[in-house]
Amino acid sequence: MVTYIIRRLIWSVVMLSIVSIITFAIFFLVPRLAGATSEDLAARYVGRTASAEQVKVAAEKLGFNDPLVVQYGRFAKGIVVGADYDYGPGVERCPAPCFGYSFLTRLPVWPDLLDRLPVTISLALGAAVIWVIAGVATGVLSALKRGSFFDRAAMSIALAGVSMPIFFTGMVSLVLFSYGLKITVAGGTYTPFLTNPATWAYDLLLPWITLAFLYAAGYARLTRAGMLETMNEDYIRTARAKGLRERTVVVKHGLRGALTPILTIFGLDLGLLLGGAVLTESTYSLPGIGKYAIDAIGRQDLPQVMGVTLVAAFFVVVANLVVDLLYAVVDPRVRLV
Amino acid sequence: MSFLELKDLRVHFPTDDGLVKSVDGLSFALERGKTLGIVGESGSGKSVTSLGILGLHKGGRAKLGGEIWLDGEELVGASAEHVRTLRGKKMAMIFQDPLSAMHPFYTVGSQIVEAYRIHNDVSKKVARKHAIDMLGRVGIPQPDRRVDSYPHEFSGGMRQRAMIAMALSCDPELLIADEPTTALDVTVQAQILDLMRDLQRDFNAALIIITHDLGVVAELADDILVMYGGKCIEYGTAEDIFERPEHPYTWGLLGSMPRLDRDRTERLLPIKGSPPSLINVPAGCAFHPRCTFEDRTGGKASTEVPQLVETEGGHLVRCHLPRDTRRSIWETEIKPSLEAS
Amino acid sequence: MSEPLLSVEGLEKHFPVTKGLLQRQVAAVKAVDGISFDVVKGETLGLVGESGCGKTTTGRLITRLIEPTGGKILFEGNDITHMSQGRMRPLRRDVQMIFQDPYSSLNPRHTVGAIVGAPFRIQGIKTEHGTKKAVQDILELVGLNPEHYNRYPHEFSGGQRQRIGIARTLALKPKLIIADEPVSALDVSIQAQVVNLLEDLQGELDLTYLVIAHDLSVVRHISDRVAVMYLGKIVELADRKSLYESPMHPYTNALLSAVPIPDPKGRAQRERIRLQGDVPSPLNPPPACRFHTRCWKAQEICKTVEPPLETLATGHQVACHFPENAPTTPEPAVTTA
Ligand SMILES: Nc1ncnc2c1ncn2[C@@H]1O[C@H](COP(=O)(O)OP(=O)(O)OP(=O)(O)O)[C@@H](O)[C@H]1O
Ligand SMILES: Nc1ncnc2c1ncn2[C@@H]1O[C@H](COP(=O)(O)OP(=O)(O)O)[C@@H](O)[C@H]1O
Ligand code: SF4
Ligand code: SF4
Ligand SMILES: [Mg+2]
Ligand SMILES: [Mg+2]
Repeated sequence: MVTYIIRRLIWSVVMLSIVSIITFAIFFLVPRLAGATSEDLAARYVGRTASAEQVKVAAEKLGFNDPLVVQYGRFAKGIVVGADYDYGPGVERCPAPCFGYSFLTRLPVWPDLLDRLPVTISLALGAAVIWVIAGVATGVLSALKRGSFFDRAAMSIALAGVSMPIFFTGMVSLVLFSYGLKITVAGGTYTPFLTNPATWAYDLLLPWITLAFLYAAGYARLTRAGMLETMNEDYIRTARAKGLRERTVVVKHGLRGALTPILTIFGLDLGLLLGGAVLTESTYSLPGIGKYAIDAIGRQDLPQVMGVTLVAAFFVVVANLVVDLLYAVVDPRVRLV
Repeated sequence: MSFLELKDLRVHFPTDDGLVKSVDGLSFALERGKTLGIVGESGSGKSVTSLGILGLHKGGRAKLGGEIWLDGEELVGASAEHVRTLRGKKMAMIFQDPLSAMHPFYTVGSQIVEAYRIHNDVSKKVARKHAIDMLGRVGIPQPDRRVDSYPHEFSGGMRQRAMIAMALSCDPELLIADEPTTALDVTVQAQILDLMRDLQRDFNAALIIITHDLGVVAELADDILVMYGGKCIEYGTAEDIFERPEHPYTWGLLGSMPRLDRDRTERLLPIKGSPPSLINVPAGCAFHPRCTFEDRTGGKASTEVPQLVETEGGHLVRCHLPRDTRRSIWETEIKPSLEAS
Repeated sequence: MSEPLLSVEGLEKHFPVTKGLLQRQVAAVKAVDGISFDVVKGETLGLVGESGCGKTTTGRLITRLIEPTGGKILFEGNDITHMSQGRMRPLRRDVQMIFQDPYSSLNPRHTVGAIVGAPFRIQGIKTEHGTKKAVQDILELVGLNPEHYNRYPHEFSGGQRQRIGIARTLALKPKLIIADEPVSALDVSIQAQVVNLLEDLQGELDLTYLVIAHDLSVVRHISDRVAVMYLGKIVELADRKSLYESPMHPYTNALLSAVPIPDPKGRAQRERIRLQGDVPSPLNPPPACRFHTRCWKAQEICKTVEPPLETLATGHQVACHFPENAPTTPEPAVTTA
């Protein structure tokens, strides 16, 4: 078990390094392959108003003329101990973990991201609670009442849910809940949890529902398939033969067996969402990481885009690690590995 | 009335292809302390019968008919909830493949504890103590340590022992073992059969052992019921079935089986064809397409269903052949050919 | 006796077991650990033993489906142990395998004609009246109707499927057939049909069989000689009659005594040998005589000195320090060092 954990941890670190290399390559190697010079790259940092001479100096000082390996080394070092960006006219300090420094906003990327993280986390976790409960419950009921009206209706809605784009469901729920029923706000505001939990939840309700609907649909289908399979297992027959109540058989024996694949998907979904629920955040103008990414792309602010990419990748890798470890807790057979 | 009595039990499954008559008019009686062996090839309805007795078809697609009397109570008509309270306590079951029959995510001990606590209002600690006792009783070494193992950490034989411990944890009066040794090696099979024999004596339960292996029933059973196509085709004491079998299918089973206790025969005597589909059971005698003596019944075999009739002292046979013909065929044709080398 | 068709000398297969962060090899599963035997043309050699003792691995080694880690395999006097796949190709026709599971070993999407005819196509063989005629002849030979040519495996019963499997192996007129549990998945009445079929074909086509099975009664019925395996080793090898009538190795005795006898009258008096526990793991087999942990005759020497496989009577080899039923005047070859 301990070697299993250590192996997973080492693997995660390796994954993170690979991700950072790939990200780095996308932002520094690919433009070069496309023909960009060091000056072209530096121009992005000092702004369009700078003279050709200033750009040249900046390119040299920022190290764009060094071999790529050295540049990557500096970049990686920045994440660990922080970095100083000397672009000629001045030096900007970017404290650790330095995920980049935006010369457009004249701010390091990381503190910006930290500001927005609570929004994304609130959105993702809240939606996750809703979709897991709704999706799994629907899936279990559908499986138990297979072929019934409930099953067919639920599965049709679920099919629609997984195939509809989020801005469409978003718009529909906006019209329905906010303008029609007037039970939620139209989005765009965010109140920190610690300021007022009730407003926090109220503000987020609509985005939660929109996001959860999309995921709940997939989880319902997955749960239904898993339950149909496990309820046919021999150990379910054994559980019934012991004289257990049907509810205990379903929940303790059936659902427990069906939950493992759902756990895997859940970890990945959550990891991806924490890297920014791009569509939902922009549909409701929530100031989260996804919104930040969209804005950064719009401004062509490369350091910001790169920072978001890295943070998102980090969440995915960590989510993977957590899933693997949870897996070993849930399924004792995995511990052998 | 006997402790367990089945009267004309029918279990039919409606499917897209037609009605599957898995069990079609099965009757037998069994007393406490006695062992009944049910033999038959795969698909003959053995498992469906045992699940039917336990009431596990209730709430499913199956259509049940007939009567099951357990200790004076009728179970086919009883409510599902009432039968549930009897399951595990009054009647328990052991399955064929002990690996898939145990939940992979729970320890062996917790699965036994669960079974015990359904019917006994005791603390977890007491139940755990009981689980350890039971594991020791079925011959698992170091039960106090092994109680916390997961099923996959046990060998096949130990898993089956643990299943037996689980089934016996509430002291059931009826124990059904469905192919309990089919998945095991001979040496382990011998251990498990010994264990079941000893435990049955201690618990004085009624035991039904279901198998396709005539050797296994011969080791344990007092009475034997041979099933074919969802019906009983021969019923008698173990001696009746092995010494004086009167049904052509039973003869076929005996002839198909190489035996270590006799000289090697030159050739096995198989039954031709294969077992029937239970959707289209052959008309008349279900066995007639495969029967060597079908022509000796004057055409009745394919038109008229033979009745299960007593030939002598509780020995029942379902065949159109007159009793004397059957006996003389066994004595003069079948028995010698099984023994010839 | 004539030259052996197949000769196996000191055959070994150790599967590596890897562990830890670097997946170093820490141990080996000694699935087959130095076995030697001959199979003479026209005979049937039976291979018995408990689950996991290496029977299937032996079969797969001989058909070269897996690579041996040691020892030699001679077929018709040629060393085929490490022969390249290209050079093996003509030999593949001569050595064929029948598998246990008639359900999974046939491709459900191919017709019977395609399945049985595949070996012709793979080996590029032209037959006199075309492949179809050749296939239909084989179908008839194994007791199937030639009209079954265009049907699919799922339309057949277990016994018929096993016949299809046998037909496929017969297509190329092999010399040696390795049958791994050919009847254990079949119903009792069907088992007998297939056993008889195998015997008939042996007579008609002059086949040699290596039959792997765990059912000792079936093995006695079809074998001329029988080898008993325990934890990767052959512990006894003898002709059928001496093995079943005067078994020498304690393990063979125990196996025979465990077979349930369909004779209810005799059950009370029968004297039984009951082995304790299960087969130990081949990962850590007991030292010296591997059977000593379960043997009721074990002495000190059994735990320290491995008993060699010795010929104690004509054609009767045993690996035991204290054999049962040994001839009263032991062979003089006992060492006196
Ligand atoms: N690819 C493999 N890697 C590791 N171990 C293996 C592999 N294949 C087989 N083994 C091990 O080798 C041993 C012998 O296996 P084998 O399949 O030959 O047994 P067998 O005698 O055919 O058993 P059975 O009667 O159950 O078919 C077993 O312990 C098995 O777990
Ligand atoms: N749930 C079910 N639905 C339809 N047919 C079934 C069902 N369960 C069992 N059967 C059929 O009933 C017959 C008897 O099955 P079973 O009792 O399991 O046989 P066995 O004698 O091998 O234990 C088989 O033909 C099987 O296909
Ligand atoms: S009734 Fe006829 S066909 Fe059926 S078993 Fe008897 S002899 Fe055979
Ligand atoms: S060598 Fe010893 S331990 Fe091994 S089988 Fe013979 S008597 Fe038993
Ligand atoms: Mg069954
Ligand atoms: Mg095998």
